[in-house]
Amino acid sequence: MKRKETAIEFLLALCGAITILTTIGILWVLLYETWLFFKEVSIVEFFTDTQWTPLFADKHFGILPLISGTFLTSMIAITVALPIGLSIAVYLNEYAHPKFRRTIKPALEVLAAIPTIVYGYFALTVITPALQKIIPGLAGFNALSPGIVMGIMIIPLISSLSEDALYAVPKSLREASYGLGASRFQTSFKVLVPAAFSGITVSVILAISRAFGETMIVAVAAGLEPRFTLDPTVPIATITTYIVQVSMGDVPQGSLEFKTIFSAGMVLFVFTFILNTISARIKKRFHHKYE
Amino acid sequence: MPGMRRNRIKDSIFKYWAMGCTLFGIVMLSIFLINILIDGVGRINWQFLSSLPSRKAENAGIYTAVMGTVWIMVLTAIIAIPIGVLAGVYLEEYGKKSRLANLLEINITNLAGVPSIIYGILGLEIFVRTINLGVSLLSGALTLSLLILPVIIVATRESIKAVPKTIREASYAMGATKWQTISKQILPAASGGIFTGVILALSRAIGETAPLIIVGALTYVPFAPTSPMDKYSVLPMQIFNWISRPEPEFATNAAAAIIILLLITFLMNGIAIYLRNRWQKKVKW
Repeated sequence: MKRKETAIEFLLALCGAITILTTIGILWVLLYETWLFFKEVSIVEFFTDTQWTPLFADKHFGILPLISGTFLTSMIAITVALPIGLSIAVYLNEYAHPKFRRTIKPALEVLAAIPTIVYGYFALTVITPALQKIIPGLAGFNALSPGIVMGIMIIPLISSLSEDALYAVPKSLREASYGLGASRFQTSFKVLVPAAFSGITVSVILAISRAFGETMIVAVAAGLEPRFTLDPTVPIATITTYIVQVSMGDVPQGSLEFKTIFSAGMVLFVFTFILNTISARIKKRFHHKYE
Repeated sequence: MPGMRRNRIKDSIFKYWAMGCTLFGIVMLSIFLINILIDGVGRINWQFLSSLPSRKAENAGIYTAVMGTVWIMVLTAIIAIPIGVLAGVYLEEYGKKSRLANLLEINITNLAGVPSIIYGILGLEIFVRTINLGVSLLSGALTLSLLILPVIIVATRESIKAVPKTIREASYAMGATKWQTISKQILPAASGGIFTGVILALSRAIGETAPLIIVGALTYVPFAPTSPMDKYSVLPMQIFNWISRPEPEFATNAAAAIIILLLITFLMNGIAIYLRNRWQKKVKW
């Protein structure tokens, strides 16, 4: 009996250990292949060259154009998602009727359940043509359209996490504010939002991290052309779309061109890891604040 | 007092703005769904569902892609559900205070934030190349399993947490061992929540495209797969391929395939929500 119990516990721990192996695997694969890559390409060129053309005859290995593309689309997404997402959170928390809140929340969650390839179709066939009517010089592939669509996709992420943070603010603060004669607007933005600031920050950081790693929307609608620019109207590439492009092509495995996906993946992993760690830190501090 | 009046105006301006924001998401969603329906619904017929891919848009169908998606989903479920649930049980029931459990917990939080394309790179290097499973349904399913494990583990833990102490204590009082208590009392009581989490995780796996591109899912497969070692395509891959072509006929095909993909996704989410509600209603501790 005792032996059986111990064996079961061991088996369960083994299942848990698979998640550790996953992390070790990710780190090992990225570090090892990136190391092989940097044996052939100088690390200075990688971080300073402003051209990324590993698939052409004249090869340049500067990651900056992919980083600029990744930042550009992500920042457009946040510019759309943050004001809208935060307004929704404040509205649902402080203004809306509970019944309205109960119906609207699941409807917003639908936005998060839609596969990203579907958003890509939306960006390419609906948003880009619509934007081209407003902005005449807009290329058929650009950073603006996928950025906006990505923003729509991450609205529920920001609104629901921010709402949780607003909801966690102690009732006494809210009541004190109303007691002093403040309006709902004043209470929301002078008391509740500052008090929930760390939680809202966590939601924004997670949203940025999500946008960095987003692949299909950009792969469909941004054009796969690495370009060191912050101009949202021209075709660009991001780290993720470059990896997709190489994987879909006929680049021989093991070649230097192929190793670029690991070094690019390493850069993406480091960025998202830093963001996730910061948000986890803030979350931990914030949890203790009102207890 | 003029100040108060200004405040009231600010208050109502914000109210309408925020209401607009809330509706914005819903309106975009509706525009988008209606648009897809207009583009694609006319293309859905038996020929489209039962045909193999083709260079000609009017002959092309989604049969191989749908079969690939079904295979991937079943294999991923077989691999990820037992591992995820058992790992969740370990974290919640056994290793609460141990250093291993603490490490596991931080690790799972981190894994949940890793972009899906990185899992694709991992799968390519480990499953496709090192273990040499090649481009196969199995290597794809293993990759997606790693991707959704954190989701299943977290859902399992949350559901177990919701089971009241009294059930556990009653079971121990009857002389049951720890594993008997878990397998005969805790897990059945938590099964509703676990199911919900598992279905949501699988529905996410169905929509994933990026990691499968990296581990080699193809855009053109002439036959439906018949074993886990076969090459494959999946619905999102087929859609991606059709969107990438310049001819408008292929865009119509893409819209039609998107309708099918959304139907599957919404159906699974609907089942998950239904199970959650039923479980919450039925189980009143």
